[in-house]
Amino acid sequence: MSAAAEFELRNLRVRNGTKEILRGVDLTLQRGETHALMGPNGSGKSTLANVIMGHPDYEVTGGDILFRGRSLLGLAPEERARLGVFLAFQYPVAVPGVSVARFLKAAVEAVRGKSTGGAGGFLKGVREQMKFLEITEAFLDRGLNEGFSGGEKKRLEILQMLLLKPALGVLDETDSGLDIDALRIVAEGVNRLRGPDLTLLVITHYERLLKLIEPDHLHVLMNGRIVFSGGPEAVKKLEEHGYDWIREQVGAEAG
Amino acid sequence: MAHELPGDSKLLQDYRFGFVTDIAAEAFPKGLNEVVVRLISAKKGEPGWMTDWRLAAYRHWLTLREPHWARADYPPIDYQASYYYSAPRQRPGKPGEMDPELAKTFEKLGVPLHERGGLAGFAVDAVFDSVSVSTTQRERLKKQGIIFCSMSEAIREHGDLVRQYLGSVVPPTDNFFAALNSAVFTDGSFCYIPRGVRCPIELSTYFRINALRTGQFERTLIIAEPESFVSYIEGCTAPARDENQLHAAIVELVALEGARIKYSTVQNWFAGDAEGKGGIYNFVTKRGHCRGARSHISWTQVEVGAAITWKYPSVILEGADSVGEFYSVAFTHDRMQADTGTKMIHLGPRTRSTIVSKGISAGRSANTYRGLVKILPAATGARNHTRCDSMLIGSQCSANTFPVIESRNATAITEHEATTSRISEEQLFYLRSRGLDEEAATALIVHGFCKEVLKELPMEFAVEAVKLLELKLEHSVG
Repeated sequence: MSAAAEFELRNLRVRNGTKEILRGVDLTLQRGETHALMGPNGSGKSTLANVIMGHPDYEVTGGDILFRGRSLLGLAPEERARLGVFLAFQYPVAVPGVSVARFLKAAVEAVRGKSTGGAGGFLKGVREQMKFLEITEAFLDRGLNEGFSGGEKKRLEILQMLLLKPALGVLDETDSGLDIDALRIVAEGVNRLRGPDLTLLVITHYERLLKLIEPDHLHVLMNGRIVFSGGPEAVKKLEEHGYDWIREQVGAEAG
Repeated sequence: MAHELPGDSKLLQDYRFGFVTDIAAEAFPKGLNEVVVRLISAKKGEPGWMTDWRLAAYRHWLTLREPHWARADYPPIDYQASYYYSAPRQRPGKPGEMDPELAKTFEKLGVPLHERGGLAGFAVDAVFDSVSVSTTQRERLKKQGIIFCSMSEAIREHGDLVRQYLGSVVPPTDNFFAALNSAVFTDGSFCYIPRGVRCPIELSTYFRINALRTGQFERTLIIAEPESFVSYIEGCTAPARDENQLHAAIVELVALEGARIKYSTVQNWFAGDAEGKGGIYNFVTKRGHCRGARSHISWTQVEVGAAITWKYPSVILEGADSVGEFYSVAFTHDRMQADTGTKMIHLGPRTRSTIVSKGISAGRSANTYRGLVKILPAATGARNHTRCDSMLIGSQCSANTFPVIESRNATAITEHEATTSRISEEQLFYLRSRGLDEEAATALIVHGFCKEVLKELPMEFAVEAVKLLELKLEHSVG
């Protein structure tokens, strides 16, 4: 290939303590593509998401993570964020006393590497996106994720993504814990950003999200390895038949 | 992780208030005895009653022992090795005639002493070593009957008021350091708000220790007549020196019926170097007396400096329905030791108090909250709410909480909440994934942790306090 892929995992091996969780993952995303990553509980999906962002608890024992041909290994999470990598967390943590407004401004300034100017102008842009995500105004003054419902947390993750405009977005089970209306709003938020400049990796347990955010490719992770890759038509097959047919295909190895 | 590292010696270089002013000073001989006490009194042209008051305090002090019940380790202090009086030789008359070196010093410290061009919303009393060198905005205040001047001047010019109130909240016999201060205090601020007057600007005192081996013993007295209001701000810094210096101050607040006093402090004394060498011993007695019904005293402190802090700003709630508040952030790093908290003494019916304490320890520091809520038999329907939170940064620091509640009235309601936490990896990772580096992420978490206290500070002051806290954190993390 002439040009480097937008994002690539090469034979990625990851350990948490003594336990090997990812056992050689290969994945290539071209610029502007949306890939779905599915798999049963415990297959390593969330580990993958966290490792892409540089979580300190995980040790990369082999392989590489390449963003635009550059290795992310050895870069701190904040450096990855500034390059344009974004992770929408499955369980966003609360930071009591830090208002959402203050946090958003700090995050946008940190990622862009420059001041957003006065709070007034900045918040105007934020409010517009909030309206789209059906988030009420009062949200801005609340403590970050402090006492938020599951749905509120996920909406805030997507709000951040809309404001930070990443080049690579990783959604870690953004659909979990959402009712059908919240799911629709969140998906519309993501779709708002989709286009040739956004490469997306959508990690999910359920097909329902993939009906709203349609992927170009689908991969199944089992036991720390990609055991199946296919086109969007595979979504329907997974919905109807679950993972058993894949387990049969890959045999005992996927266990 | 990187934040396991002990404190950073860079902090020493970056304590930007650590410079020394080269100024001719007049100092008394080293050591403490009756002659020195008399000399101080004579130097200030005090009346006989004041000299006698000092001597009585000195004699009482001789009978006391230095207290060591606080969680702070330090060798016994040699009181004969210190100087008890040091003043810039050229005493200024008006701010316009101030010694240029002194003016420059306060300019460097960011303290506006110009009548014009300074901050319009502030009046400042500047105390340099043992004397007050400038008090601004006095004429403006005088029009409303407000007296704001140095303690020395108050003793000379407003003797009746001083005599009536001095020592009425913190008597000279109160404790070892109070007795010492009463004997040798050299200056401080005096403030009197007449009945029904709402002081239109923030009053503030800025304390600067400059001279070597000199103790600073200042004394502040604020009297709020019925239905008056005043917001008072105190700031302090000192040069970075290898030797410890003693700062033993007293602050007395008197709030009469319906009066309200809001007292805010940002304490940034030199804290010593990374190994704990040098720094100020900050041994301070601060107490307010809600003497009248519906009176209200609130203490807000942001303690980020001093090698050792021993300080318990308290409120005696005597007037019915009076209110006492204590909001505190204490940040310790490197080898700093802080033992701080409050006492709320409920005497009157339906008196209410609120305590919010946020302790943050980093490096190898020790941070202790010590509090007493005492409800006496007459305090029917009294209420207290206490919240003490401690945050640990790294694994070599310590946090302790000693909250004591003594209730002798069954109708009183007291509530106590306490937490101890570490900055979690998950919080850091979350914020870092949004582009904030470890220092900025830690600062944001700590800022959130302290928010309840910081919002009590006057606006402009809060901005400064947050900047200072962030600067200190930056050097204690990563």
